[in-house]
Amino acid sequence: MDFDPTEDQRLLGDSVARLLASEYSFEQRKSLLGTPTGWSERLWSRYAELGLLGLPISEEHGGFGGGPVDVMLLMQAFGRHLVLEPYLATVVLGGTALRLAGTAAQQEEILPAIAEGSLKLAVAHGERQARYDLSDVRTTATRRGEGFVLEGAKSVVLHGDCADRLVVSARTAGREDEPEGISLFLVDAEAPGLARRGYALRDGTRAAELSLSGVELPREALLGPLDGGLPIVARVVEAGIAATAAEVIGAMETMQAMTLDYLKTRQQFGRPIGDNQALQHRAAEMLVALEQGRSMAMLATMSLEEEDAAERARAISMAKVGVGQAGRFVSQNAVQLHGGIGMTEEYAVGHFFRRVMVIEHLFGDTATHLDRLADQVS
Amino acid sequence: MDLRFTPEEAAFREEVRGFIRDNLPREIHERMRLGYPPRKQDTIAWQRILNAQGWAAYNWPKAHGGPGWSPIQRMIFLEENLSAPAPELLSFNITMLGPVLIQFGTEAQKKRFLPRAANLDDWWCQGFSEPGAGSDLASLRTAAKREGDHYIVNGQKIWTSTAHNADWCFCLVRTDPTAKKRQEGISFLLIDLRTPGIEVRPIISIDGSHHLNEVFFTDVKVPAENLVGEENRGWSVAKYLLGNERTGIARLGKSKERVRFAKEVAREVRKEGRPLIEDRGFRARVAQLEVDMKALEITQLRVVSAYAKAGGNRPDPLSSVLKIKGTELLQASSELVMDVGGPQAMPVWQQELAALANEPAIGPDWAPQMAPNYLMLRAASIYGGTNEIQKNILNKAVLGL
Repeated sequence: MDFDPTEDQRLLGDSVARLLASEYSFEQRKSLLGTPTGWSERLWSRYAELGLLGLPISEEHGGFGGGPVDVMLLMQAFGRHLVLEPYLATVVLGGTALRLAGTAAQQEEILPAIAEGSLKLAVAHGERQARYDLSDVRTTATRRGEGFVLEGAKSVVLHGDCADRLVVSARTAGREDEPEGISLFLVDAEAPGLARRGYALRDGTRAAELSLSGVELPREALLGPLDGGLPIVARVVEAGIAATAAEVIGAMETMQAMTLDYLKTRQQFGRPIGDNQALQHRAAEMLVALEQGRSMAMLATMSLEEEDAAERARAISMAKVGVGQAGRFVSQNAVQLHGGIGMTEEYAVGHFFRRVMVIEHLFGDTATHLDRLADQVS
Repeated sequence: MDLRFTPEEAAFREEVRGFIRDNLPREIHERMRLGYPPRKQDTIAWQRILNAQGWAAYNWPKAHGGPGWSPIQRMIFLEENLSAPAPELLSFNITMLGPVLIQFGTEAQKKRFLPRAANLDDWWCQGFSEPGAGSDLASLRTAAKREGDHYIVNGQKIWTSTAHNADWCFCLVRTDPTAKKRQEGISFLLIDLRTPGIEVRPIISIDGSHHLNEVFFTDVKVPAENLVGEENRGWSVAKYLLGNERTGIARLGKSKERVRFAKEVAREVRKEGRPLIEDRGFRARVAQLEVDMKALEITQLRVVSAYAKAGGNRPDPLSSVLKIKGTELLQASSELVMDVGGPQAMPVWQQELAALANEPAIGPDWAPQMAPNYLMLRAASIYGGTNEIQKNILNKAVLGL
């Protein structure tokens, strides 16, 4: 058992922290939010130079050969600054799909391009009616000759507006809701018949609605086994849960620090409001929640490499619940302890609040995962 | 970073589990499984079995009869003992008095008291709280006046757990009433409870049990050789005692064992024609507790592992997180158990007393301790520094408020 980062991880963490300290002040971030893409191509190149985009990609594919812990530490740093670039979509979600399911040729083509920053991915699985049910897929892929034709629509595709390639799930067999019969495809963003409508989520990160109408794909577009795509989607989602759990920890750290600072400086009745025990105890409860959440984010990260799928899913669900509840508690109280200023768009705490809110509603919310755990009580 | 136990640690857990399974007397185990607190003779019997194995003084250095375990081994041992369930080691002897004597005691004190404390030949209790000194411990007033080679002690202690079972009491007493700072006139004194002038009066708690006491001291003559550390420096001894390694403070093994028990009974009782364990509401409540216990388990590992690395007696303020969450979970699991019992948990009776009186049982054997345990555990967020005091500690030591 060991909870300390390695020397390499410490060094990487330091260089990321330095970069974000100089590039990701609240004001700098605000100006990025105002650009058409909502994030910075320039910083994306910086991440590539620092090796961040290839962090979990193997060395033979031009990556760093890192593991879940490296990604956790990076996502935590991103969470502290509310980084807007499509790292989760491209490296974590898309990269995991390729690593798990890609053929040698697919990996060879895509993974090095991710690592060098020349290609962005998105995973298009969710649909409007599906809510959090991963097996609820209506989009179809029918065979035509050697290839396939996609028909359907995908909803809230994270960074789907800027992706160069999309991992799209579709039914190749079975009824809606059936776990069997889902397949994954690599679709070029410029493919005829694919239309994208980009928008911002409530936290300013970008997403898109996709419509697929007669999108023709060659046989080589199939990613992973025919009809057997759902287990891959499940693992992609697990990687997403672990990564965003770490991001929430970073966001909670910043909210906690901002709140403490505010408690120590804001004067009312002639003294700092932090002199009031009611507020002190709330701050202590936030710390307890943060530490419990941190433990759960670690659990999620460590569980990604667990080979027993049921055991892994259970640990990940526990972490999603634990981090979700901690995130709600800390962010709600961060706004509360700031008072009116915490409600304003011009103040940072509300932006952290909204990032945590969005994350809670990705990949299955607290209630959904608690429900899954309840099913397994024995 | 790696959350897994090493193969050696996993093997150690198996060894401890196996030893408890093979050596814990059946009757004690069965009573505890049904939620009864260990009787005096149960605690003594089990501690002596562990002591014969060399495990009772689990947190003492090897030179003083401890097993020389790492902090992680100690945590595993405590957790296995709690979740067995087996009687806990008498913490007054093992986690409080022992480390204090090892750190501050004279050679004669160590020789006289340590082996007997490990073997529970002497049952110790803690004389800290007073009617006017609860969370504000430094305002204590029980006076010890030096007369020749004795102190004369006058005053009153309260909330003295198990004083009625005890042979000895380690007490904080005021030896210098004129000291400028209240903390500076306090001494740490070992008092033989058989000394004339001591009266122990029971306090019956809301669970109906006799666990707590008031202890009155009237002109009690205590040999000066029973002073631990220097006169008027007892506050630092007490701080050492309270800040001493708090591996076991979360008592997570107990919460786990109670949730397991709740599920066991929930297979037997019914709701709307089906076993309660199949009820969604019940299952969600269990799932939530299991999530919270998992988080605490990892937080505890983090604290213990940091402690192991630091390798000294350095109280980690995060142990206040363990105290707060640990006691919240103990309380929540005891509530769950009671709620599973429902109306069957309400009648006052005891299996053994009914059997002795040749009367039939009033309800199922799992029922009678459910409510008392719930009631007793309301104290968990009060003793050992109330959870509000723990939050004050976090504010001061971590948050700087």
